[in-house]
Amino acid sequence: MNQPTEKKKIWQVIAASSVGTLIEWYDFYIFGSLATVIANQFFPKTNPTAALLSTLATFAAGFIVRPFGALVFGRLGDLIGRKYTFLLTLIIMGGSTFAIGLVPGYATIGFAAPLIVLLLRLLQGLALGGEYGGAATYVAEHAPSHRRGYYTSWIQTTATLGLFLSLGVILATRHMLAPDIDTSIQRFNDWGWRIPFWVSILLVGVSIYIRLRMKESPLFSKIKSEGKISVNPLKESFGHKTNLKMVLLALFGATMGQGVVWYTGQFYAQSFLETVCRIDFDQSRTILIWGILFATPFFIVFGGWSDKIGRKWIMLAGMLLAISTYQFIFRQFMHITDQAGRTELVEQRKILDNKTEGPLQIITSDVHYSDGAVFREVVTSNKENGSTTTIYKDKKLDTGSYWKLVGWIFVLILYVTMVYGPIAAFLVELFPTRIRYTSMSLPYHIGNGVFGGLTPFIATLLTTIYVDNKLSGLWYTIIVGLVCFIIGAIYINNRIDPDVND
Amino acid sequence: MIDPSGTHAKITVMNAIKKWLGLVWMALGPIAIYYMIRTAAEEIAAKPVIDTKIQWAVFIIVFLPIAIGLVIFGWYAFKNEYSQLPESSEDI
Repeated sequence: MNQPTEKKKIWQVIAASSVGTLIEWYDFYIFGSLATVIANQFFPKTNPTAALLSTLATFAAGFIVRPFGALVFGRLGDLIGRKYTFLLTLIIMGGSTFAIGLVPGYATIGFAAPLIVLLLRLLQGLALGGEYGGAATYVAEHAPSHRRGYYTSWIQTTATLGLFLSLGVILATRHMLAPDIDTSIQRFNDWGWRIPFWVSILLVGVSIYIRLRMKESPLFSKIKSEGKISVNPLKESFGHKTNLKMVLLALFGATMGQGVVWYTGQFYAQSFLETVCRIDFDQSRTILIWGILFATPFFIVFGGWSDKIGRKWIMLAGMLLAISTYQFIFRQFMHITDQAGRTELVEQRKILDNKTEGPLQIITSDVHYSDGAVFREVVTSNKENGSTTTIYKDKKLDTGSYWKLVGWIFVLILYVTMVYGPIAAFLVELFPTRIRYTSMSLPYHIGNGVFGGLTPFIATLLTTIYVDNKLSGLWYTIIVGLVCFIIGAIYINNRIDPDVND
Repeated sequence: MIDPSGTHAKITVMNAIKKWLGLVWMALGPIAIYYMIRTAAEEIAAKPVIDTKIQWAVFIIVFLPIAIGLVIFGWYAFKNEYSQLPESSEDI
């Protein structure tokens, strides 16, 4: 029978696990959020080898290495225990993040700079692959069975809050390095980008202190004292048909769809606002920050609700709602940010630049609208063929449009909370204690790291193949989500396992 | 024996759906990889730069084992492995 830990202790367990996991997500996201600045510092486009390393750093760490981290640390967690394993992942993540902030740029140490950064990024990916399974397992193994979804949902908030924290620290640093915003941004791009990496070591230090004071999971301690620990967790997890079929079911019926919904809602949406809708850098980030802030409590709501009605249909409902409304919502993004329908205040138009490059004349202006929006207009005229192209970028939206976008982002993240809130409890209940860390980590990180992590890249790629349709990038998410929904609906049952003490 | 609720019949139909859909999942793996390789070849031919090659190589290397996993999943489904899911670790 499950031994419920007292209420006070469970909150200590949740706090200690969540803070560490949140910091790991923060560490992982700041690299992604600062990719452009980092590329300029370490991966100059003029050097093909450095550019190659840049591509590898972006792809390899996020997508290939995370499942390997899940295998390496999952195995360790099932052999030596949850506590020391996810303490180790925290140290590796914090150390490598801090070190990235110390590496001299390509201009100073040449080719060694991108190589070191790539290695550190690989370590980050490995550590992240090991962290989540440990934290989710640790909390679930402390939680009483009738509140497992509720308590583990606190771990589920950490990925989104880690993104929130990384966006907040980056925005704050970008604005505080000089009284004048342009100078501040210049300093940030030169050296200030290192500050968010250094901040990590303080956060990690606090988290390591908290985690050191924690005890081992009671369920793991029990099977250890009984000598029932798995001798070879990898073989037991993936070599035996009875468990492998559950790993495959978890991947194709749950985490695959959950991953694409998560990354579409939080990352592709932001990329779409920036690159397709061309919203101002700060506004696109603050819109996401507000959306996250309003939606995050729903991880707890849906996690708690899953204790009453089961995990399956909440996750699948989120998936179905997402794939059936994405086209409409992203079309709204384009509609809200379009210049058509706005009235220009012609007298306020300000020409910023007027230059000639060969046959091209390029005029850059700030266009003010009656609703308060300001768009930067770039008109390029070709004197040879008489053609003219006009693009609008760095769009600063009026208040009404801004909050409409916050509302739609909130809806997208609400879908994320539905698919992601109950999933830790769902995965924990699928596998036995002796191989739980290994078995749940792999489908989670293939679903999120590979299917989810690749979403922004594949979606952007599709828009370059099918150029006439700006929403074509969504087809990847919709197809993967639909396949996952069908498999989940037909093959997964809605049973809540009353006893994970086995 | 009479089953007024029709539960037994529903389970039988559900198990048949699970089984025959297994063939769909088995076919989907190779189809997805074929489509990916064909698109990769077209894209690399159109933009033969190192970034394009790495990008598509990563996609194929990463998705190939997943497609194999989907085929295995389909095979298990076809063999009725999912008609009764384990309810405790004793069943695993």
